[in-house]
Amino acid sequence: MAATVRTSRGSRLLRHAVLLLFVLLMIYPLVWMVVSSFKPSNLILSQTGIVPTEVTLDNYVDGWDALGSPFTLFLGNSLLIGVGSVLGNLFSCSLTAYALARLNFRMNKVYLALTLMTIMLPFHVLVIPQYILFAELGWINTYVPLLLPKFLATDAVFIFLMVQFIRSLPRELDQAAMIDGAGPFRIFWSVILPLMQPALITTTIFTFIWTWNDYFGPLLYLTRTELYTVPVALKSLVDTETTSGIGTMFAMSLISLVPIVLFFVFAQRYIIKGIATTGIK
Amino acid sequence: MMALASKDTGRRAPRAPGAPGGSASRAPRTGGTARGQGLVAHLFLLPWMIGMVGVTAGPLIASAVLAFTDYDLLSAPQFIGLDNFTRMAGDERFWAAVRVTLVYVLVSVPLQLAFALFLAVVLDKGLRGLSLYRSAFYLPSLLGGSVAIAILWRQIFGEEGLVNHVLGWFGLELGSWLQDPSLALSTLVVLNVWTFGSPMVIFLAGLRQIPEDLYEAAMIDGAGRVRRFWSITIPLLTPIIFLNLILQMIGAFQAFTQAHVVSGGSGGPLDSTLFYTLYIYQRGFVNFDMGYASAMAWVLLLVIAAATAANFVVSRRWVYYGDE
Repeated sequence: MAATVRTSRGSRLLRHAVLLLFVLLMIYPLVWMVVSSFKPSNLILSQTGIVPTEVTLDNYVDGWDALGSPFTLFLGNSLLIGVGSVLGNLFSCSLTAYALARLNFRMNKVYLALTLMTIMLPFHVLVIPQYILFAELGWINTYVPLLLPKFLATDAVFIFLMVQFIRSLPRELDQAAMIDGAGPFRIFWSVILPLMQPALITTTIFTFIWTWNDYFGPLLYLTRTELYTVPVALKSLVDTETTSGIGTMFAMSLISLVPIVLFFVFAQRYIIKGIATTGIK
Repeated sequence: MMALASKDTGRRAPRAPGAPGGSASRAPRTGGTARGQGLVAHLFLLPWMIGMVGVTAGPLIASAVLAFTDYDLLSAPQFIGLDNFTRMAGDERFWAAVRVTLVYVLVSVPLQLAFALFLAVVLDKGLRGLSLYRSAFYLPSLLGGSVAIAILWRQIFGEEGLVNHVLGWFGLELGSWLQDPSLALSTLVVLNVWTFGSPMVIFLAGLRQIPEDLYEAAMIDGAGRVRRFWSITIPLLTPIIFLNLILQMIGAFQAFTQAHVVSGGSGGPLDSTLFYTLYIYQRGFVNFDMGYASAMAWVLLLVIAAATAANFVVSRRWVYYGDE
């Protein structure tokens, strides 16, 4: 702790020094990776500095076609699953959250408790029967096992997030709409949903980032290269490391991080708020 | 990763799971009869109910049943009683996986939280550039779970990687960390510690909640910085420390991607990075030993539940929830 320093100016300087040191330690590997991706593969490991002596785009050019199919294909697959998952979660979690937060029915609290319990359930307890079920239905090597659960409100964290949010909205709004003759669907669609925007944005961001990064699901359900998402495509680059080289792996890895960094740059406010209020990672 | 101790963060926390619910809400609150809303509510809940039955509760029960069977996907499951569990007790790789996972949880989680708390405290209180620092510290949390970062890690800790270069300046000569059974796990620990940004953000939010006048009063009483930290900051932050501890612990028990990519799917060298989930994956989806994998998954569920419950019990001794 910067606790022993007396003068506030000295203390502030010390704090900045500590923080900068940590920033350097944390971020250096990333910067090094970016710079290395523009170096010829054989120079990457021998140079630890971040000023390249030789700049080339070869890694990006070679990496793009290293797996037989162009990398655009994997990016497209990941994008499709990402967007599909976002739509699924927005649709199913908002419907569920509205019913649990606002509608008055007997099982309300039981359902909410069930939902909260599933948040804590380790994924691995479910995945084997899920796999067997989806395999029986002939859905291996399709995107159904990755997308369908999103349309069935299985990401309980977001239900929790939305329930919390809806509860913070004044009930008088619903009542006013009800007096005007609006039914529950109308109230949901015209009153609650527009006001839920911040919760919907948080859900969108985290759903997209998680599905974009998801490795386990595609690893299980996709075995044909042309269906691969970016993470499994990267893993197969690693498996051919000796032929493809470090440079191409770095280049394609960095491309895979671009969407996440974009979200980070443009939606950071929502991300920080999302973590601070729900503990989402 | 997720939220659970809602009473710490949300202002309007829902009832804890398992709390008695139901019958009390019979009386309609705002127009519309309870029965009428029940029908509409179930329409709204239709996707959720299908998911709950088909994707969550059904598979949960199925895996509990499979845990007592021998099943390879090809022939029908055979009931074998407790055999999977007795096999587990004699399975060296199972115990290796337990050891690796426990070391990972017990080392990486406290370290990660210590860094998170330390930097949150240094960052707190109107330091110029706070949001820039926060961004820099948080970025790794968003990236840390990706395959891309696992690929970077393989190179950083390789024989000629960045880490060995730096150690070389101090005259230390190490081989590849990933091929050394005594070092391989530590690379994954470092990776988890590297993602301390998300608990740090939670700590920062918690620090905001501590009333400034407490510090002022303590200062008037002559308490120094160290004293104020240990007597005000830490006690008032214990609920947040507890929340972070539970969240990160549950996450660490389930770590998979990084170990799978860094070790090339093997959990090697010599099973030194054989995370529990990685072994479940190998048994279930490489050997198609679905019964055994289900049994292992249930053991994991019970261990996580027990560890969480134990934490809640112990928390009464150290978590401070204000004067009640």
